[in-house]
Amino acid sequence: MAVALLMSCAESYPQVKRLDFGKITPQAVDFFRSVVGEAAVVTDQDDLLFYNEDQMRKYRGQSSLCIKPKTTQQVSEIVKYCHEHKLALVPQGGNTGLVGGSVPVFDEIVLSLSSMNKIRSFDHTSGILKADAGLILENADNFLAENGYIFPLDLGAKGSCHIGGNVAANAGGLRLLRYGSLHGSVLGLEVVLPDGTVYDSMNALRKDNTGYDLKQLFIGSEGTLGVITGVSILCPARPKAVNIAFLGLESYEAVQTTFKRARAELCEVLSAFEFMDRQSQWQAKRFLKTAHPLAQDDPDAEVPEYPFYVLIETSGSCKEHDDAKLETFLESIMEDGTVADGVVSQDESQLRTLWTWREGISEASNMDGGVYKYDVSLPLPVMYELIEVLRARLDEHGLRSVSDASKPVVDVVGYGHIGDGNVHVNVIVREYNKTVEKCLEPYVYQWISDHEGSISAEHGLGFQKKNYIGYSKSEVEIALMKDIKSKFDPQGIMNPYKYL
Amino acid sequence: MSSKIRILLPVKRVIDAALKPRINKAQTGVEAAGVKFSINPFDDIAVEEAIKIKNAHKDRVESIHAVSIGPNKAQDILRVALAKGADTSTLVDVKDQEVEPLQVSKILKKLQEKYNSNLIILGKQAIDDDSNQTGQMLAGLLNWPQATNASKVKLNADNTVEVEREIDGGVEVVKASLPMIITTDLRLNEPKFVTLPKMMKAKKKPLEILKVDDLGITLENRLETVKLEDPPVRQGGAKVGSVDELISKLKELKAI
Ligand SMILES: Cc1cc2nc3c(=O)[nH]c(=O)nc-3n(C[C@H](O)[C@H](O)[C@H](O)COP(=O)(O)OP(=O)(O)OC[C@H]3O[C@@H](n4cnc5c(N)ncnc54)[C@H](O)[C@@H]3O)c2cc1C
Ligand SMILES: Cc1cc2nc3c(=O)[nH]c(=O)nc-3n(C[C@H](O)[C@H](O)[C@H](O)COP(=O)(O)OP(=O)(O)OC[C@H]3O[C@@H](n4cnc5c(N)ncnc54)[C@H](O)[C@@H]3O)c2cc1C
Repeated sequence: MAVALLMSCAESYPQVKRLDFGKITPQAVDFFRSVVGEAAVVTDQDDLLFYNEDQMRKYRGQSSLCIKPKTTQQVSEIVKYCHEHKLALVPQGGNTGLVGGSVPVFDEIVLSLSSMNKIRSFDHTSGILKADAGLILENADNFLAENGYIFPLDLGAKGSCHIGGNVAANAGGLRLLRYGSLHGSVLGLEVVLPDGTVYDSMNALRKDNTGYDLKQLFIGSEGTLGVITGVSILCPARPKAVNIAFLGLESYEAVQTTFKRARAELCEVLSAFEFMDRQSQWQAKRFLKTAHPLAQDDPDAEVPEYPFYVLIETSGSCKEHDDAKLETFLESIMEDGTVADGVVSQDESQLRTLWTWREGISEASNMDGGVYKYDVSLPLPVMYELIEVLRARLDEHGLRSVSDASKPVVDVVGYGHIGDGNVHVNVIVREYNKTVEKCLEPYVYQWISDHEGSISAEHGLGFQKKNYIGYSKSEVEIALMKDIKSKFDPQGIMNPYKYL
Repeated sequence: MSSKIRILLPVKRVIDAALKPRINKAQTGVEAAGVKFSINPFDDIAVEEAIKIKNAHKDRVESIHAVSIGPNKAQDILRVALAKGADTSTLVDVKDQEVEPLQVSKILKKLQEKYNSNLIILGKQAIDDDSNQTGQMLAGLLNWPQATNASKVKLNADNTVEVEREIDGGVEVVKASLPMIITTDLRLNEPKFVTLPKMMKAKKKPLEILKVDDLGITLENRLETVKLEDPPVRQGGAKVGSVDELISKLKELKAI
C-alpha cells in the first residue's frame, strides 16, 4: 500500500530532534477521557492516520493520541493538563494547510477542533457572525447565504477547512482583493492560551480602541500561541449579481495591463482577478477531463496556445449595471488586442465550471505523486519570472519532463491571486525526492528575497518554511516574535518544531 | 414550400437553475427581486442543437430566429441566443405578466406564420412552471408532427428528421417530415460558453420588440395560483445503540 511508503517527518528530516516534552501516559489518556468522554479520544493507529498525515501526503507525524473536545471548557482543561505535564500539542482544524503545520512531527497530541462546529449567533443588522472555531468554511458561508450575507473569505479548500484554521493561518484566498484580510474582518476571538487560561474578546465591537489589539497576534499564529475556539467576524452583504469572464492572453505583459485596466474600469465591482499559465491549464485539463472553456468546439482539443489565462469576477448589486460595465471593459480590451479570446458565464452553472479551471489546479497538481508548493508575494513585474527561472533550473539539472516518467519532476505551473501580488508555484513531482528538494531549496527562497518578495504570502510557515523565515523577516522582527512566543508559551508546548 | 429550413427558437427567461427559489411572503409566487435569471436550461440545449444543425447543414438552413416572450429584460437571453448563432430575434414584451402555455403557443404560432418557419426547436419544459405543454400545444395548433424529449436529432437529405427519445429501458426512434416540432431533453447536447468575439458581433444582430397586441392576441389566464408552500423540512436522523433499541424505536413510531 502506498501509504506505508510515506516516511514520517522524523525519518525524512533527521536533523529535527524531539524536544524534552513529556510522554503520553495511560493516566493522561484516562484524564482526557474523563474530560471529553470515551468517543472523543482517538487512539486506534488506523484512525489516527487521518490526523497524522497532511492532505498533500507530504508530512506525517506519529501521534498516538487525538482529542476532539466539544466545548471551550474542555479545551481549557486539556491544555491546562498539558501545561502541567509539559505535553506538546498540535491544534488541528480541517487539516488542509499546505505547509505541514497542522500535523504532528513526533508524538505531539492532536487537538482537533472538528467537534466544535456550531454557529453561536448571527446579527442580521450588523452582519456579525459568531461561531465555534471548528465550523467548516462552506457551512458558514451557506448559512450566511441564507441570510443574504457572505463570508469575507473563500478558498479552494472551503469544503474541509475550518474558520478557526483560516484565522490561525490568516488565509487570504480568492476574495482578498475585494474584502481585505482577516486582520480587518475578524472582530474578536476566543482562545485557550498555552496554560489553559481563556482569552475572550468575542464581544468586541467593530470599533474598539481600548488597549493593544491582542486578537491580531493570533491571526496567522498557526497554532503557536494558543488554541482558537471561537471566532467573531464581520460579514459583508452578499452580492446579488456575479459575473465571470475567462480570458486568453498572449503575454505576461498583457496580464498586467489587463489587471491595471480591470481595476480602473471595473472599479468597485471587481471581486477577483486570478491568473493561470498554460501549463497549469494543461494539468487542470488532465484532472477535469473536459473541454477547456476556450476550446469547446472540440472536446479532445488541447488547451489553446495562449501562454496565459485570466479569470475576472465581478460582484455587485445590480446585474444590468455590472453586465454593462463588464461588457464595455471586455470589448475595449478585446478591440485593442490586449486580450486574444475569452468567454463569459451566462448562468450559475457556467460560472461554477469556469471557477473549476482555477480552483482545480491545486488538486490537479497532486495527481502524479506529490507537489512542492511555493506561495509567494512578488512585485508584479518579476512575478512570473520565478516560474521561468525554476523551469530552467530543473532542466539544467535534468530533472523535469512532462512525458518522461523517469524524471522526478513533471512540470512547474504558476497561477494565483495576481490581484494581490501573490503567485502559487507548484512543482509537480512523481515522488518526493531529496535531489529535487535540494535543487529547489533554499534557491527559491534566496531568489524571492533578492527580488523583495515574501516566501509565504498566505500559506504560512508551518514545518516546511520554519527555517526560511530569515529570507523574509529581519533579525529585529524575528527576535520580537520569539519574545512574544516565549511570553505566551514559555514551555513551547504549542505546535513545536514549526513557525519560528 | 421551399426546401430551405427556417428554424424558430423559442427561449424563456427563468430563475437560474442552480439557485434555490424562495416563496414570496404572500405565498402567491416565487420571489423574483434581486434573483439571478438565466436562459431556461432546456432552451439553452435547443439553441445549441439549432446551431449544430445549422453548422452541419449550412446550405440548407436559411435562418434561425430566436423568440422570447417575457419582460423587457428577456433581451439578455436573446442576446445570448444571438451570440451563440441565431440570426435574428423577437422579444414579445409582456412586462411581468405570467403567460400560460396555451397563450405562449398561440403567440408562437403567430411568429411561425410571420417568419414562415418550418422547424421549431424548444425545451421540453421550462424549469419555473414545469408545465411541459408548450411544444405539444403548438404542434396541435399548427397541426404539425412533434418529436418530444429528443436525445438525438438527425436531419436527413430528404427533409425528414429522425429523433431519438429515451424511454424506459431503451430508445425510441421517431421520424417525420418538415415542418415539425422538436422538444429537447437534457442529454441532447452540452451547451457551450459564449465567446467574446461572438458576443460583440451579436450586438449588431436584429432584435425586434413586439407587444401581444401587435400580434392580435389578448392574454387571458385560465389558471389561478391559490397558494405556494415549502415542502415540510426533513427531520434529522438519529443513531441507535443496538438492534433492540432500533426495534423499540420503530415500534414507537408505529413503523413496524
Ligand atoms: C485546495 C486548497 C486551496 C487552498 N487555497 C488557499 C488560498 O487560496 N489561500 C490561502 O490562504 N490558503 C489556501 N489554502 C491553505 C489554507 O491555509 C488552508 O486551506 C486553511 O486556511 C487552513 O484551514 P484548516 O482548518 O484546514 O487548518 P489546518 O490545516 O488544520 O491548520 C493550519 C494551521 O493552523 C493551526 N490551527 C488550525 N486550527 C486551529 C485552531 N482552532 N486554533 C489554533 N490553531 C489552529 C494548525 O496548527 C496549523 O498550524 C488552500 C488549501 C487547499 C488544500
Ligand atoms: C476635529 C477632530 C475630528 C476628529 N475626528 C475623528 C474621527 O472621525 N475619528 C477618529 O478616530 N478620531 C478623530 N479625532 C481624533 C483623532 O484620533 C486625531 O485627530 C488623530 O488621529 C490623531 O492624530 P495626531 O497626529 O493629531 O496625533 P496626536 O494627537 O498628536 O497624538 C495622539 C496619540 O498618538 C501618539 N502619537 C502621535 N504621533 C505618534 C507617533 N508618530 N508615534 C507614536 N505615537 C504617536 C501620541 O502620543 C498620542 O498618544 C478627531 C479629532 C479632532 C480634533
